[in-house]
Amino acid sequence: MSLLELKNISKIYGELKALDNVNIKVEKGEWVAIMGPSGSGKSTMMNIIGCMDKPSLGEVLLDGVDISKESSKKLTEIRRDKIGLIFQQFHMVNYLTAVENVMVSQYYHSMPDEEEALEALGRVGLRERAKHLPSQLSGGEQQRVCVARALINAPELILADEPTGNLDEANENIVLDLFRQLHREGTTLIVVTHDPEVAEAAQRTIVLEHGRVAREIINENFQE
Amino acid sequence: MFIRMIRGALFRQRGKMLLIAFTIALGTSLATAMLNVMLDVGDKVNQELKTYGANITVKPKDSSLLSDLYDVEDEGDVIQTSYLKEEEVGKLKTIFWAFNIVDFAPFIDADITLADGSQVKLVGTWFNHHLELPTGENLDVGVTSLRTWWDIADGTWLDEQTEGSENAIMIGTVLAEREGWKVGDTISLEGPASSCEAVITGIFDAGGDEDEQIYAPLDLVQELSDTEGKVAYIEVSALTTPDNDLAKRAAQNPAALSAKDYETWYCTAYVSAICYQIQEAITDSVASAVRQVAESEGAILDKTQLLMILITILSLIGSALGISNLVTASVMERAQEIGLLKAIGAKDRSITGLVLTEILITALVGGVAGYFLGFGFAQLIGRTVFGSAIEMKVMVIPIVIVLISLVTAAGSLPAIRMVLRLRPAEVLHGSKA
Ligand SMILES: Nc1ncnc2c1ncn2[C@@H]1O[C@H](COP(=O)(O)OP(=O)(O)OP(=O)(O)O)[C@@H](O)[C@H]1O
Ligand SMILES: [Mg+2]
Repeated sequence: MSLLELKNISKIYGELKALDNVNIKVEKGEWVAIMGPSGSGKSTMMNIIGCMDKPSLGEVLLDGVDISKESSKKLTEIRRDKIGLIFQQFHMVNYLTAVENVMVSQYYHSMPDEEEALEALGRVGLRERAKHLPSQLSGGEQQRVCVARALINAPELILADEPTGNLDEANENIVLDLFRQLHREGTTLIVVTHDPEVAEAAQRTIVLEHGRVAREIINENFQE
Repeated sequence: MFIRMIRGALFRQRGKMLLIAFTIALGTSLATAMLNVMLDVGDKVNQELKTYGANITVKPKDSSLLSDLYDVEDEGDVIQTSYLKEEEVGKLKTIFWAFNIVDFAPFIDADITLADGSQVKLVGTWFNHHLELPTGENLDVGVTSLRTWWDIADGTWLDEQTEGSENAIMIGTVLAEREGWKVGDTISLEGPASSCEAVITGIFDAGGDEDEQIYAPLDLVQELSDTEGKVAYIEVSALTTPDNDLAKRAAQNPAALSAKDYETWYCTAYVSAICYQIQEAITDSVASAVRQVAESEGAILDKTQLLMILITILSLIGSALGISNLVTASVMERAQEIGLLKAIGAKDRSITGLVLTEILITALVGGVAGYFLGFGFAQLIGRTVFGSAIEMKVMVIPIVIVLISLVTAAGSLPAIRMVLRLRPAEVLHGSKA
């Protein structure tokens, strides 16, 4: 069984079909990139997969459960237990330190554990900056904290909407290396990007155009 | 973690939280000040009106009957046939409404002859007479505080508590001018029973008949007229509640009231109730209200209180609007943060708990600070308007707490609901980098 299956998904805003009959399957442990021009429906699709929005039509099966029919309370639980989110803007709670921002995620999931949170920051190379507030961190560092926060609860699926859109080359590479590590550990990754380099790091790229799947490209050069 | 988040929110956003706390403090202080002043204004205005003289006079039973009979009260010479006992004057402070008895002074008059043969009215009274009550209470009573409107044109008030005061007197300006007397002069007084020499310590301007009279210590006049231990009448200044129907019925005949009405009446500071109690305390006395003052007092009090209530309501509405505005704005501002917490997996309940706890703590800090600030304001108003402190009313505290909680909750609940309804996707994606 696939980890994720979108069946005839449409999202309609008035006249506009942001998503138009999309069918996608993602297997457990797969690393998929999503590309497409601006307005093609990438974020809309990620929101639906991330249990933050519901499709107008169609079914979304996550681990065999149809999440398009669940209550928003249930969706919050699914998101909390299975999904790690990374956004283009590095959303952090600006009055909490780096390590506290990671711990918040633990807190709502299970139990905050400062040691574990520090380890996660260590993985993104920020152990020394654990006590800094977001305003004292660079953009790249903030995004890395967000990555640490997304992976702290060991989610099955990580959804990243343009995670490197605001990063320089060096920080982009740090994040990509992290993704590679996560992939090796068996985490499923879905990454929206405009950057061909980021897309090439994935096993497979799905291109959206006008809310439809235009084509799929298998990356032959993919290295484990 | 919850505590850590609250701490972070409160201390690392000190500026923002202080602003909210400050607004709440201002609102609270306004409410506290107005409520305190409003609740105290009755006593204050009463006290103020008290400076226009006594509002109860106590006379011996027979003399008032006599003067009523011949309709000569306060008009020239009444032949004094009976007296009150000086030793009983202090009993005024033992009645049920003792605390409402603010001041009093016994009087006795005598006609005396001066060295040049002219006749002058000599009034004996207490100036600042020291009383030690059986209850252990100490106080000074007398005309010094009862006649606040007297101007001391020269010299000082007669001080009963200094040596030589038993032969000291005060005289009115008119008399002083006619006789050419000055402060420090010694004059001889010839009374009906004996005569003596007395020293002038002060010249007063009362703006009335008193300006042609001599005021002396009670003992001195009693000696000159051979009326030791006797008092012609007592003036009493009491804080009173304006009369209502019950008080009017009681004034006619207290015995005709039902037991319950009687109790209510007896235990309310109506003028008639206080008079009744004075009569109980002082043998063969008749206490009566100086009507005009008592009635206008009630009317002024009602109007002042109405005005205060209106101002208080307006200021409460004003501070409520201010607080709820700021709280609403500050909750709305956090839409993104709340969206993020939701995306991470926070339940609505925990977010509400978090935001409410923060606001509650802020409101508490602001409220406590505001309470004391408001109390300070109230004192300021008391000092500038009434020239005395405003009493701290305990009942203001729960009123203010309920009020501020309501206002703060009213300010935050709709905002929190709005933010909760908001979907994280909307706040978190939108490319508003
Ligand atoms: N809440 C909404 N109401 C109406 N239209 C919306 C809403 N959200 C998205 N859309 C529209 O749906 C379309 C797809 O938007 P989406 O955000 O998915 O694009 P995207 O592929 O993520 O683009 P970008 O690369 O710029 O992030 C756009 O035309 C957008 O205007
Ligand atoms: Mg997008």
